[in-house]
This record gives sequence, structure tokens and C-alpha cells, in this order.
Amino acid sequence: MKHICKKLMILCIGLMAYSAQAEVQIYITEGRDDARPVAVLPFKFESASEVKISPPHNFSQIIADDLERSGKFKPVDISDLPQNPSDITEVDIDAWKELGVDGVVYGVVKETAPGKYMVSYDLIDPYNDKAVMESNIASGSYPLVDQSFHLMVLKTKLVNDDNFRWAAHIAADEIYEALTGERGAFATQIAYVQVDRLAEKPYELNVADSDGFNQTKIFSSKQPIMSPTWSPDANKLAYVSFENGRSEIFIQTIATGQRELIASFKGFNSAPAWSPDGTKMAMVLSKDGNPEIYVMDLATKSLKRLTRHYAIDTEPSWNPDGKSLIFTSDRGGKPQIYRVSLAGGDAERVTFEGRYNAGAEFAPDGKTIVMVHQSNGNFHVAAQDIETGNLTVLTTTSLDESLSVAPNSSMIIFSTVDGRQKVLSAVSMDGRFKARLPANVGEVKAPAWSPFIL
Amino acid sequence: MKRSVKLLMALFAAATLAACSTTEPAEETTDTTVQQDDATNAEAEALARQRAAEEAERQRIAALLENTTIYFDFDSDAIRSGDMELLEVHAKHIQATGKKVVLEGHADERGTPEYNLALGERRAKSVAQLMRTYGVSASQIEVISFGEESPANPGHTEQAWQENRRVEIKYQ
Repeated sequence: MKHICKKLMILCIGLMAYSAQAEVQIYITEGRDDARPVAVLPFKFESASEVKISPPHNFSQIIADDLERSGKFKPVDISDLPQNPSDITEVDIDAWKELGVDGVVYGVVKETAPGKYMVSYDLIDPYNDKAVMESNIASGSYPLVDQSFHLMVLKTKLVNDDNFRWAAHIAADEIYEALTGERGAFATQIAYVQVDRLAEKPYELNVADSDGFNQTKIFSSKQPIMSPTWSPDANKLAYVSFENGRSEIFIQTIATGQRELIASFKGFNSAPAWSPDGTKMAMVLSKDGNPEIYVMDLATKSLKRLTRHYAIDTEPSWNPDGKSLIFTSDRGGKPQIYRVSLAGGDAERVTFEGRYNAGAEFAPDGKTIVMVHQSNGNFHVAAQDIETGNLTVLTTTSLDESLSVAPNSSMIIFSTVDGRQKVLSAVSMDGRFKARLPANVGEVKAPAWSPFIL
Repeated sequence: MKRSVKLLMALFAAATLAACSTTEPAEETTDTTVQQDDATNAEAEALARQRAAEEAERQRIAALLENTTIYFDFDSDAIRSGDMELLEVHAKHIQATGKKVVLEGHADERGTPEYNLALGERRAKSVAQLMRTYGVSASQIEVISFGEESPANPGHTEQAWQENRRVEIKYQ
């Protein structure tokens, strides 16, 4: 009894310590009923001193939240867990089989020096006793016990106060990949524009981790900021800023804050999109009279014009193969998606369903394009299969815009209006999982999901 | 084709409006030989009427010049017929004073921000084109689009959207 009380106290103090709020919070609004049950156990904490009773963040909770936010997993309530092992030798495989979970994650956070930790965590599959080869166990890389055959992830890492949360996201990625076969995208970031009309500089370009924590201000301005987009190496952001009275394109190095004005032509400068190899940038310039798609060589700053039409041509998105781009054009009377080869030539129409399709983005896997699709007067997120041409509407919200696909092509983040507020939202590629990401202050829009961060 | 028809229509409207609003030059001579009271009174009355009419016209134009925003339909850059007169008055004023204007194009939040930036420019250019047909020099006009980034009404209703689909004439 005394033991439980102590545990509870530690838990309470621990929760207090973890109460730091994300700037952008994430609420799951529509879960999937086929989400797989997993158990993420509270990690054991071994302190280096008597004073410290909890690590800077709740490592296992971050993993559980990440897995839940993918829409593919449903972490089991901690109170329902049959045991709380912290080592493979303590795992009772049958107890977890009985609970019916697809995976069990447990671990230890050991403080090695003030602010430094050794984090060990395992994932086991209770139903698979052939996850690890006998030879591996014999070689000594796995503990010599029967349970070791169930191990899917076995990791030990050194982390510190600063990269603690990030390390937990990486752990979630490893666990997600082991369970799904698909790379996780939790250790990634989102760039977005936050607008607080009462602030001295109402427009802020921010970057936060994929769970909304660790918000960092990249740039702020009295004038609008639009269209942030990541370089393929995730070191830079390109965006449109009106700081000089009209729209111009800037590139900013995230680590140093160094900015470079790269497009300030007559007319407007907009919709930057880095080529997959990072050497070029597609953009929309109206310098020659009306909006056309150009590709700039970032080393020489030379421009190549890709479209020639009196209609609006905008919102270029690169095919992941780097050989063609899709874009929005109203050359047929209403905005639709077209494709043009980087080599030049005529544009071919890609979308045929609905009167208004715009803002298309290639999913990084190259299999799907997502776009803003108007139906019954509302603007929804829709996905079109490249091969079949089938279009599926994914959302029920009505003012969706600024779509960005996660680097593992599992999820789309976008801007929409929830009640009276512009908020970020996320929907899984199949439309079955939805989450809302309101900001603590003001409105958030123009989200851009980072590439994988190494 | 669609474009040239629109331009022709705009030109026709401009010509019609110009014809309608032309005022006769004021009579400057008065009869100095005959000094009949009736005639003088009638003349004074005519003059007063004319002055009142001129004053009314001046006030009407001044009031129109106060109005510097015109509105558009969804995904459209077509100038509504009701705004032709307003734009003519501004164009004449710009021409007469040699002032410079910035035409700020805006869109509502529906659809995508980048497309709306292009749409805002197209709306402002549509106004610029009409002003040029009224005789304003291209060098007096600058076009800037803010797309949906700078709404006049930050709401998310039909009313707010109509207020945001606009071109603002900003005298420099």
C-alpha cells in the first residue's frame, strides 16, 4: 500500500512536470475503428540523485500519443495493463496475448549525469515468436531468454534534456515502422503561419515538432506571410513575404536565420516549390503580364518559363521523380489541375471531376495527388489516384486549403475554418482518421510538413 | 475571344457614360443692351439653377471619389455594370490631377491562397484596364495583389466573403 502511494505521488508530480503545453494542440476528431491495440507502458525512471524524481518529459507518453495520432493504433489504457516490466526477462508473454495487443513497448530512462540520460526501450509482438532468429540470440546481441524471440525493437540511446522529446519521436518512428512496415513521420516538423491581429507584428512564421511542441519563431512581420515550403534537406524554408509592400520570395536558413531574397520581379512572386534534388525552385511570377510557372536554377538564378497561357497558372508541385510538375490553371474556364514536363511542351489536364480543383500536391510516394476540391459549394480535401484517376473526397470541413502531405505519405495536414477560427487539421490518406490542431493564440494557416529529418 | 468581347463592352460602356455625363459649357455672355427686369430675373434664375446643378454634380463626384472600393463575384474579375460610373469618375480624377494610384486586388478565403493571389491581381488589372480605356496613363497605375491575405472582414460568412472580394483604389 505504502508502495502504491509513493508511486502515485511520483506519478502526480511527474504529471505536473509534464504539463508544459504545446502551442498548437492536437485533438483527434474522428478515429478509426480498426485502429490496432498496443500497450505502451510507463517507463521506469532511475535518477542519479535523490532530488530529481522525473525526466524532463514523459518518454513513453510521447510514444503512445504519436502512435495514437497516426490513426493506426489505439494505446491501451494504462490501468488495464496486466504487468509493468522494464526488461525482456520480466515480460509475461501469455498475459499480453490474453490482453490482445499487437505490440508491447516498455523501457527505462536512466539518468547518468544531471541532464543526461540513457534510454532503453523494447517492442515485443506477443503473437510472433519468430521475430528474432535463433542465431541472433545465440550471438549474444539479444538476451538469452525465450521472450527474446518476440523482440521487434531493442534499443538503447543516450539523450539529454534538449533532445529528449525528439528522441521519443524517433522511438515512435522505429516502433511504427516495426509494426506497419512503413516509415514513421513523427520525428518531423511542421512550418505554419500564425496570425494574431492584435500583435505588433501580426504575422509569424513558426516551426513546431509534428505533435505541436517546441514551437520556434522563424520570422515575423507586420505584413502577410504566405506559402512556406521546406527544402528537401529540411535545413531551409522558402516563403512569400509582403514586407516590402508586395509579394516576394525569400529563402531562410532555419539554423542561422539568414535570409535571401530570391524573387522580386515586377508583378507578384509566389508559390515557391523546391525540386526534389534541391537545386531548382518552381515559382509563379506575373512579370510577363500574367501568372506563369517558372523554374529557377538556385545556383545561377536563371529562369526557365514552363507555361505560356493568358489564364492563371499557379501552385506548382513537383512530381517526386523531378521530371514533371502539376499546377493549377483556369485555362478551361475554371481552375483544374494540369501537368507539364520540365522539358517543356503542352500541358495536359489531370483532373476532370468537379468545377474547382486547385492547390494540388504530389504525395512523396508519387502514387497520389491531393487537392482542394469544390463540391456543393464547399472546399474539401480530395485525393486522386494517379494510375486510376479515381478521386476521393476525404473531409467534411468546408473551407480547406494549403494541403501538405507527410513525408511517409500517410497523412495530409491542411488549413480550414473551425467555427470562427482558422485552424490546422489533419486527415489520413484514406480519410478515415481526422484531427484538429487549434493554436493557443490567433489563427494558424499555410501548414507545410517537413521532409524526413535525419 | 472572351477577353476581347469584354474589352469591347467596357469601351462601349465607357463611351456611353462619357456621352451622358458631358455637360454643356456655361453661357458666358449676357445681353447688355436690354435691361428688362423679367429677363434679368429669368437669367439669374437660370444661372442659379445652373450653379446649383454644377454644385450638385461636383458634390456627386466628390461623394463618388470618397468610395474607393469595388466588389466582385466569386472567382470573377468582371466589373459589375453598377461600378462603371464610379471607375470613370476616379479615372477622370486621376487623369485631371496627374495623381498616381495603387490598385489593390483582394480575394475571399475560399479556394486556395496562391490561386487567390493570382485572382486578386487579375481583378486589379481588370480595373486598371478599364481606367486606361478612360484615358489614364499606365504609368499612373500600380497593381498589387494581396490575395486572401488581407481581408476587410475577417469573418467566414457570405457577407464577409463579399466584402473581401474587392479592389481598393489607393491614391498615393
